[in-house]
Amino acid sequence: MRFRHETIEKNVILLAVLSLIVVSIGGLVQIIPLFTIESTIEKVQGVRAYSPLELLGRDIYVREGCYLCHSQQIRPFRDEVERYGHYSLAAESMYDHPFQWGSKRNGPDLARVGGKYSDAWHVAHLKDPRSVVPETIMPPYAFLAESELDYADIAERMRTLRAVGVPYSDEMIKNAAADLEVQVDPNGDTKGLLARYPKAVVASFTGDPKRITEMDALVAYLQMLGTLVNFNDYTAKDLQQ
Amino acid sequence: MATIAASDKAAIVRPASPYVDDVIRAFMIATAFWGIAAFLAGVYIAFELAYPSLNIPPWFNWARLRPLHTSAGIFAFGGSALLGTSFYVVQRTCRARLFGGEALGWFIFWGYQLFIVLAASGYLLGITKSKEYAEPEWYTDLWLTLVWVLYLVAFMGTIMKRREPHIYVANWFYLSFIITIAMLHIVNNIALPISWFGAKSYVAYAGVQDAMIEWWYGHNAVGFFLTAGFLGMMYYFVPKRAERPIYSYRLSVVHFWALIFLYIWAGPHHLHYTALPDWAQTLGMIFSVMLWMPSWGGMINGLMTLSGAWDKLRTDPVLRFMITSVGFYGMSTFEGPVMSIRPVNALSHYTDWTIGHVHSGVLGWVAFIVFGALYHLVPILWGRRQLYSMKLVAWHYWIGTMGIVLYITSMWVSGIMQGLMWRAYDNLGFLQYSFVESVVAMHPFYVIRALGGVLFLTGGLVMAYNLVRTMRGDTAAEAAAAPPAMATVPGE
Repeated sequence: MRFRHETIEKNVILLAVLSLIVVSIGGLVQIIPLFTIESTIEKVQGVRAYSPLELLGRDIYVREGCYLCHSQQIRPFRDEVERYGHYSLAAESMYDHPFQWGSKRNGPDLARVGGKYSDAWHVAHLKDPRSVVPETIMPPYAFLAESELDYADIAERMRTLRAVGVPYSDEMIKNAAADLEVQVDPNGDTKGLLARYPKAVVASFTGDPKRITEMDALVAYLQMLGTLVNFNDYTAKDLQQ
Repeated sequence: MATIAASDKAAIVRPASPYVDDVIRAFMIATAFWGIAAFLAGVYIAFELAYPSLNIPPWFNWARLRPLHTSAGIFAFGGSALLGTSFYVVQRTCRARLFGGEALGWFIFWGYQLFIVLAASGYLLGITKSKEYAEPEWYTDLWLTLVWVLYLVAFMGTIMKRREPHIYVANWFYLSFIITIAMLHIVNNIALPISWFGAKSYVAYAGVQDAMIEWWYGHNAVGFFLTAGFLGMMYYFVPKRAERPIYSYRLSVVHFWALIFLYIWAGPHHLHYTALPDWAQTLGMIFSVMLWMPSWGGMINGLMTLSGAWDKLRTDPVLRFMITSVGFYGMSTFEGPVMSIRPVNALSHYTDWTIGHVHSGVLGWVAFIVFGALYHLVPILWGRRQLYSMKLVAWHYWIGTMGIVLYITSMWVSGIMQGLMWRAYDNLGFLQYSFVESVVAMHPFYVIRALGGVLFLTGGLVMAYNLVRTMRGDTAAEAAAAPPAMATVPGE
């Protein structure tokens, strides 16, 4: 029997099923291997789950839509590497639900902004960006310093992330609130926090240790961005996908 | 094709519409309303980039309004137009009443409007998943899934009870749009809420896999929502308005299957030079370039439908909207493959060039074909002999076109300049510009772009006025004197 396109034009079920098959192929070929090919995520040391304070800071970053103006993905070009630092690895966002690579740079890339500016600079800049960089077009975020950080559900958030694959241990979840509070207290006992979350930045980010604000959380997140992997330990060959 | 045209003529002689038309009328009003809302939001955020003191924290900061603008444009304006016209087209070309009747139709209308309101209000409050064009949180996503499945049921059900042997080509495009959007929406949005009573959830995927799935979704929101669906619109309204059959039936078959097969592969071109493995980037680039061909197949089929009727462009501004939109479709589907080539993308990515490219598509193609469809349908659906004023349609056309030209040219210049400034080195081998110097250089172009937006919004307001007067049954002096550009029959 000769195939005629007319057959499809007269049978809506056939048309629907064939369409679904045709549109499924590309996605299957491009997506499934990313989960199965082991070299997709580079083997590097240091990438860890976010500390409770960083996690809430990241959630604020998501809430405010920072990714709409700031990418977190440095491309392997001379100018980008000089401007922002080592090109980004897949491993560095392996615990990012969802990813924050961004697609537009109304402002600079933030993948390695951690440690580049002081806490005080970040706070001043977020409160009133033009007081620090007169030409910037960034919106002001002074309200973050006024809003108390709500961390009642921090354990819930970590449990949810564990369910989707972030390696939070029972111990991490049990100590979540305490870890969060001690990260803004430079005089506190931060040994447990730093054992669980190496390289976490401990500071009274807004300068008021009595209050933990959304600003504290956001700055704690910004200050760790891109700092986890020590690139002196690897050659370009080690980082091949 | 001939059978379809004949069947539609047959429908005209019936005294009253046998179809579910109230729902379509509601969708037409929603389309115009959301269009203006989207243009207004766009103009405001464009001015925020030029004059940052316009930011009003926290609700009206740029980054909370931006998803409001994109969702209002794509899903509220574009979506209402697609749902409304698809119900119109499927009932007429199948000579069958909408499956599920008024009840299902109204549920889909209000369900979809509720989705829009839930999504938009969430953005202002900071409720977002942060996946571009898929920002709504889990409960809004679930609601949309339900509405969308019922939409598929209504659409396919209507085709099943058709009284025409063939399924008309516009319906193939609408159907593939509905099916593919369902697949993309469900897969991309899988997320785990932190509690059943809170808005916040975490997306199931992370990092590189999440990026790939997001842009598989994101690019095909363009490919199926903003392209396949609107091609369905083109395949009905352009031949109708031009009173000519589709140029090539064979071309429509070939470009339909090629388009839906190739589009789905194009996503990785949003991730060139990122941590996405090279093999995926290369696939994305190759398929994006190949996609140029079926895209132009659609453009040629739309444009050539006018062969023998080109003179109508001079006398009918509604047809002018439709044909210009097909022209813009051809232009942006040429620009897209060029930008997907890796060395070009190295310059264009992260810059305003992308923003300009998107807007030549959504303003030039999507919005213009919708304007054409609205001007064509409103007199028919409201049983008026003609539009209130053809002169105002012509004004809208030129104001809108000027707006688009200002928008895309300013974004070309600023985007390419931005890209070049970022990579510029001085004689000593140092980066020549700091980032903020590139921001300063953008300012004049941000002002021009915002003015382009003002023009486009103005055109939208002119259209709204014209449509409201048409609905009320008014006729402008100019139109009353001249013979109508195209006689429309109530209940067609």
